[in-house]
Amino acid sequence: MSRFTGTTTIVRLVLRRDRVRLPVWLASLTGLMGVSAAAVQGLYDTPAERLAYERTTGSSGAAIALSGPPTALDTLGGITVFEVSQVSIIGISLMTIFLTLRHTRADEEAGRTELLRAGVLGRNADVAAIGLVMAAASALTGAGLAATMIGVGLPVGGSVLFGTATATLGLIFTTIALVAAQVAEHNRGAVGLSLTMLGVLYGLRAVGDVNDSFVTWLSPIGWVQGVHAFGENRWWPLTLALCFCAATTAFAGWLTTRRDIGSGLIASRPGSPEGSRWLGSPLGLAARMQRGALIGWAVGIGALGAVYGSFGRDVQNMVEENPELKKYFEQAAGDVTITDAYFGIVLLFTALVATGFTVSSVLRLRTEEAETRAEQLLATPVSRWHWTLSWLAVTVTGTVAVLGVGGAAAGTAWALLSSDPSQVISLTLAQLTYVPAALVLGGVAFALFGWLPRAAGFAWAGVVACFVIGWMGDLLSLPDWLADFSPFEQTPLVPSVELDALPLLAIAAVAALLIAAGATGFRRRDLVME
Amino acid sequence: MTVAPAARPSTDDLAIEVTGLVKDFGATRALDGLDLSVRQGEVHGFLGPNGSGKSTTIRVLLGLLRINGGTARLLGGDPWRDATTLHRRIAYVPGEVNLWPQLTGGEVIDVLGKLRGDLDPTRRAELLDRFELDPSKKSRSYSKGNRQKVALVAALASHAELLILDEPTSGLDPLMEETFQECVREVRHEGRTVLLSSHILAEVEALCDRVSIIRSGRTVQSGSLDELRHLTRTTVTAETSRPADDLASLPGVTGVQRTNGHIRFDVDSDHLDGAIAHLSRLGIKSLVSHPPTLEELFLRQYGEQVDAG
Repeated sequence: MSRFTGTTTIVRLVLRRDRVRLPVWLASLTGLMGVSAAAVQGLYDTPAERLAYERTTGSSGAAIALSGPPTALDTLGGITVFEVSQVSIIGISLMTIFLTLRHTRADEEAGRTELLRAGVLGRNADVAAIGLVMAAASALTGAGLAATMIGVGLPVGGSVLFGTATATLGLIFTTIALVAAQVAEHNRGAVGLSLTMLGVLYGLRAVGDVNDSFVTWLSPIGWVQGVHAFGENRWWPLTLALCFCAATTAFAGWLTTRRDIGSGLIASRPGSPEGSRWLGSPLGLAARMQRGALIGWAVGIGALGAVYGSFGRDVQNMVEENPELKKYFEQAAGDVTITDAYFGIVLLFTALVATGFTVSSVLRLRTEEAETRAEQLLATPVSRWHWTLSWLAVTVTGTVAVLGVGGAAAGTAWALLSSDPSQVISLTLAQLTYVPAALVLGGVAFALFGWLPRAAGFAWAGVVACFVIGWMGDLLSLPDWLADFSPFEQTPLVPSVELDALPLLAIAAVAALLIAAGATGFRRRDLVME
Repeated sequence: MTVAPAARPSTDDLAIEVTGLVKDFGATRALDGLDLSVRQGEVHGFLGPNGSGKSTTIRVLLGLLRINGGTARLLGGDPWRDATTLHRRIAYVPGEVNLWPQLTGGEVIDVLGKLRGDLDPTRRAELLDRFELDPSKKSRSYSKGNRQKVALVAALASHAELLILDEPTSGLDPLMEETFQECVREVRHEGRTVLLSSHILAEVEALCDRVSIIRSGRTVQSGSLDELRHLTRTTVTAETSRPADDLASLPGVTGVQRTNGHIRFDVDSDHLDGAIAHLSRLGIKSLVSHPPTLEELFLRQYGEQVDAG
């Protein structure tokens, strides 16, 4: 039996298990990148417009930190790469990290790997199989990206190179996740480790790119961006990346021989042998269960807010140096200031992202139920009403906290730049106006949980729909009546629009109705366990 | 063969009273007229193969599932409507114990105990010791057996009057199985009631006053072990001077086998007398007879049902 016996069987198993998940990832990634790429076309047709872009966005430290090195910005292709990079880098990294760990550490934790290894299966077959599937998925994503760019009329050479570079990044994070799967004992730990690596490598290249220093080359993300698609079109940095992948894979393989199946290299620490007084209530338990996720989301949204806040000055400069853009803004925003118009849009975007917390928090009720932990709780004198409402209390508080932190971070960054301390309060309050809208989507998730528990995951469709309406509605020319379904469209776009409490109260009432509907459904139905 | 208890106990004595219970999951009928009565203060064995409806019955009793037909009473109340008040009086160990991964075993025991409201700290400490469970380990790193111990300690450390245990020892080693049996005997000694669903027949034989055997969502036998044995067949192995050729024609005799001059057969308890008298006329040289073990009862019940079906 070779080390790879059974690889094809495992490839088929992975594809069978992910027959929905994988196409959804691929379609959303290529769709999102494609729409972003398409949106850029037509905006920078003349050399003067491209020059203005290069001078404004392309020389802004914040934009470079987020997107990458400003190369070939005098070409439409270069601008497209600069605009798409953030989505493509984070998107493909998240896909490969989540899917790789799902088939490695998560399987091992659940004991499925043991079952497979006990059969006729080479020692490295399962890792080889997920590697092959992820390589194919990355290649497809890259090919889809390249095809879209060629489709909108960009040069073939640069498009293919950018697509290949993006696919290579997928391979890089596949191998990083493979190492994380060996190191951490539990899936959550492995996910955390991989995401930390993504953050660190992204941060390294950001520092390098902003200062135009060698630090960029310490990060594999820097190598992938170092191809300078549509500029010099260099292929050689990708060989560095492939060497990195080979080395990480070998390292992961070596680590597998250093540990037992089921264990990690880092063992988990012991905790308290006794529960605190506070833990002995459904509310305390719900808070404890969601603590980690809440902190993670607050940090992430806070970072996003800080970045957007620090962009405020760049936006002002950008518009002032570009008379056409200034005219466009004045028309679009009426008599509000450019920065207010800018913050109106970014606060909406931040709120849409933060809604991810609200919906995932509600959907964990379903996980608790499916994994039979709810069964044990509900076999105590805790009523279904008590359990779900305690959980939702944490969801609501958490939503307020995450949005508050995001607004405060944006406000603080902007207050420091504009020397206007009042911005802290006003941007925080402005961000908090999205709490009712976020809760409507949480309410949709809860109503689904109450009535159609197996379909609760479809609540994410609501988030995606609001995202498409809010972020790309104009681009796709969606009709107004359709856009009106999004609670985010109904929320006044503060600070560029006066705050009106009435719509907020109406949205909050809808959220309350959805929650009441969900609670009614849940009280009537069977517990559904897998 | 369904056995009605000789004298039906009055409703007041019953901790659990289930009659004609029907539960459908979509098109699948999980419980099909199931009966179960558990008397106050007894340890009642609940037996059946995988998928026969044991866990479904228990979840109905806990008010986690609604019923489609029949009646279910638990400690004199309605398990669905009065769920929260009834749950103050019961403790439950699920068949599949999934714990909150980020909590330690000790924290889980305290959460479940405090939610029920009657955790006894002395008992908790004593049980942790007896089950050799480290309460400071994170739940996600416990094995199946250790997760079961967590749920067992949480349930046994309470003063609940009814304990519902769904295959509580499937992951325990033989030493811990012994500890578990001691604990259940202590619980019964305190006059509390236990519903014990189990696959381990030796455990049921050792602990249970009465048993109910179910199959495909229906109760097929119920009663004390003695009653069940009495109402089923005895296995006889004998050697006689003259060949016992016509034995198979006797009433109540089945499964006649001959090996090396020995004859082996099963006989209904009602016809045991006639069969032995017949053998004695042929000159008995040796005779061994034994009542069915629970295992045989169990296997026979399913064997017959499979043949019949």
